[in-house]
Amino acid sequence: MKSKSLENLTRGMFKENPVFVMMLGMCPTLGVTTSMSNGLGMGLATMFVLIMSNMFISLVKNVIPAQVRIPCYIVMIASFVTIINLLMEAYLPDLHAKLGIYIPLIVVNCIILGRAEAFASKNNIFQSFLDAVGMGIGFTLALSLLGAVREILGAGSIMGWSFIGEGGYPILLFIMPPGAFLALAALIMGYNKISGASK
Amino acid sequence: MSLTMIFISAILVNNIVLSQFLGICPFLGVSKKISTAAGMGAAVMFVMTISSIATWLVYYKLLAPNGLEFMSTVVFILVIASLVQMVEIILKKTTPALYQALGIYLPLITTNCAVLGVALLSIQKQFSLIYAVCFSLANAIGFTLAIILFAGLRERIDSTAYALPKAVKGTPIVLITAALLSLAFMGFSGIGK
Repeated sequence: MKSKSLENLTRGMFKENPVFVMMLGMCPTLGVTTSMSNGLGMGLATMFVLIMSNMFISLVKNVIPAQVRIPCYIVMIASFVTIINLLMEAYLPDLHAKLGIYIPLIVVNCIILGRAEAFASKNNIFQSFLDAVGMGIGFTLALSLLGAVREILGAGSIMGWSFIGEGGYPILLFIMPPGAFLALAALIMGYNKISGASK
Repeated sequence: MSLTMIFISAILVNNIVLSQFLGICPFLGVSKKISTAAGMGAAVMFVMTISSIATWLVYYKLLAPNGLEFMSTVVFILVIASLVQMVEIILKKTTPALYQALGIYLPLITTNCAVLGVALLSIQKQFSLIYAVCFSLANAIGFTLAIILFAGLRERIDSTAYALPKAVKGTPIVLITAALLSLAFMGFSGIGK
């Protein structure tokens, strides 16, 4: 029992990482990762919604008729997204302005509906919580890593702290749209190398 | 901003997929063949335009007068999801040929963030109804253009897949192709400024 909980918790972090392996939630992954702090903020916001929706869906899974479950899930997810949207607008206005349209778009992030359908609708509340924490950490790690790579190469700074010095030329391409695709391609190549080696 | 500028900007300069990163999932997922990419593009064009009218009306006639703007995310996703269902049912009854062509792509569109994204953007930009419709049509054309071009590139790459290095096979080469396409579209930036 204990090992099962541990497996549910760690599954999303590396082995079934939502970004590198399942290719879910690509829009925020590519769209907001122009800096590490943006990636981290987006990852944490998604994690909050994921944890809440997984727990609540697991709680009400026996009450909802199977035919209308998807619309019910979407309404619940959308409510949590509205909550985090309003909270961030009130307490983190700078980050909220930077992430912009991607916050309400957490609703259509396939990771959340995917976990609701694949995991929370079949498991109890504690396991669903662990699964959401694991997946959320995996997503946050991937976004922060991608954000860090793009910020270091494209802006010559890390978490807003500039190390490039005056007169240095960062590779601007990496904070522009094509750089997002390129950096993610490189990270996935690295991931495949590491996970292939550990098999 | 004139209507022509909206079209040029949404299709080429600020392409919804390649520079705004909305609708990446179908862009990467259903772009293996030009024919399926075209089908997806047509379905998105159809749904995006209709849903922009519906969400605009709901927002300005129902939510705004009652001070319920904060509910827009919840309401919009419901409107879009039920609209997609309705379109599916109507098409099945009235024009079976079109239903055959678009059928399998329609349910996928509910989770296409480009549709919800464009609906939210036209509210954010405070467009009038006409502008909102043109804006979403232009974005849908931009999506279709991008996904068809991308599918064409992928077909060519697949035909020579044996020559690829092992490390880039699978997802990485798809992303690198998208990067090059996005780079090409960056050539348009600066137009209309």
